Amino acid sequence: MHGLINRSLQGFLRDTYGPALWSRIAEAAGVGAEGFEAMLTYEDDLTDRVIEAAADALAKPREALLEDLGIYLVSLEPLRRLLRFGGVDYVDFLQTVDELPERARLAVADIGLPDLILDAPEPDQFTLHFAAGHPGFAPVFAGILRAMADDYGAFALVDLDGERKVKVELLQTAYASGRAFDLARPEDA
Amino acid sequence: MDGLTVQDAALVGTDALGRLMPMYLWVTPNGLVRAVGPTLKKLCGAGPLIGTRFLDLFEVEKPRALLSMADVEAFSGQRILVTLKRGQGTTLRGQVQPLDGGQGWILNLSFGISVAEAVRDYRLTNADFAPTDLTVELLYLTEVKAAVMGELAALNRRLEAARAASEAQALTDALTGLGNRRALDAELIRACTLAARGEGQFALLHLDLDFFKAVNDTLGHAAGDLVLTEVAGVLREETRKSDTIARVGGDEFVILLRGETDPDRVERIGARIISELERPILYEGQPCRISGSIGVTLSRFYASPDPEMMHSDADEATYASKRNGRGRCTVWDGSSRPAEPEPGA
Repeated sequence: MHGLINRSLQGFLRDTYGPALWSRIAEAAGVGAEGFEAMLTYEDDLTDRVIEAAADALAKPREALLEDLGIYLVSLEPLRRLLRFGGVDYVDFLQTVDELPERARLAVADIGLPDLILDAPEPDQFTLHFAAGHPGFAPVFAGILRAMADDYGAFALVDLDGERKVKVELLQTAYASGRAFDLARPEDA
Repeated sequence: MDGLTVQDAALVGTDALGRLMPMYLWVTPNGLVRAVGPTLKKLCGAGPLIGTRFLDLFEVEKPRALLSMADVEAFSGQRILVTLKRGQGTTLRGQVQPLDGGQGWILNLSFGISVAEAVRDYRLTNADFAPTDLTVELLYLTEVKAAVMGELAALNRRLEAARAASEAQALTDALTGLGNRRALDAELIRACTLAARGEGQFALLHLDLDFFKAVNDTLGHAAGDLVLTEVAGVLREETRKSDTIARVGGDEFVILLRGETDPDRVERIGARIISELERPILYEGQPCRISGSIGVTLSRFYASPDPEMMHSDADEATYASKRNGRGRCTVWDGSSRPAEPEPGA
């Protein structure tokens, strides 16, 4: 698993639950004292051990923990901005969400996100299938899609459907005002 | 021709044209603006546009030869560079195509590499770009690149800090594999403490290489490095495992001989080291000739041996060796310092 993904997991656990708990999880999982390095690649096993140790320590189901990771990712401003490049509104975003792995590869060629297939049987129904890859991606994406609905000010039900499927039911596209997004980078403004 | 090419003119309304090319400009044969795409209109700001002279609106940067609208036809299809005379004075690139039926020209413009500034200056959104335009992807990539570079820079900072920390903790001289000054300082403090408690005396030797600079200057640093490595070999050869050898400067070495109390014996060891150093070392067939000046002091000269004082006395003896013609070993005269120096305060 790419270091960026492992480091996201580490950042999520440390920022949300404190450095002491992260240290305990890292030790239990066999992660070195320095933690993960963003630009290195690690064995999938190690990532799984971190997830398992964290779920254990927090007495939380694995899926719920990974959904929270997805929500945490959207709370990081640079990442939220990159996601907002996906569309002008939530529907636009959903319609191009299957381009996300490709966008990620554009940024970091060996990031290793699994391919997504988007299925939209009804205008307000979206299903995201994860063709292959680690089963942890579907719950993380569920968290991301839920947080992005909030970010766009849309009202949607996002649910995990089995190991490799996320369902989105759009109830209202303009439910709240959503958060601002400017194409120009804020520090340049 | 593939037989499918249609030669008919396509009739397109200005609104549709604006959606296809949000930064187009329709210029009449006499050089007046006839219609403007929505994004380009945003760039032009307030003030009348339709009916304005094209050359009053834009400065043509390239091709320089394009001075009047009469020249436009000659440049159709080529890349042209224009600067907007209004608003932020943005430079745009584009191409001109003549229209059928004497309707003038279409100029389609786009942002060049300065797109990020333009997006900021004019507060452009996704809707200002045609869906076929990759500008938004370019902006995305710019941000992604900044984020990835940030991670790399952070990684470099962490690696640099780790490198500095490990260097600071290192006890070995990288070239010779001998101890460095840090290693020596630690050993000498320990040895002084033991000696003060009467648990073991020692001799401290300072060795300054003679003529080393000449080797470096005439044969180069590689020769110098070889000599230093050979010197380290000699010192290892002439001492015991329990002794400490350190390289403390470019051509300065310090040896701590444990258990030595006899000045004559230490002087003989020093003389043996010097005679070994004086064997020419071959570097690419060239003999490198050096020697060494040694100064010695013994822990038993002091009631309470102090590293700093011992270094200073060994130095004094080394200078005596140099003064007396180099290539010799001098033992510091223990009687020149009061036998039982008063400890300060």
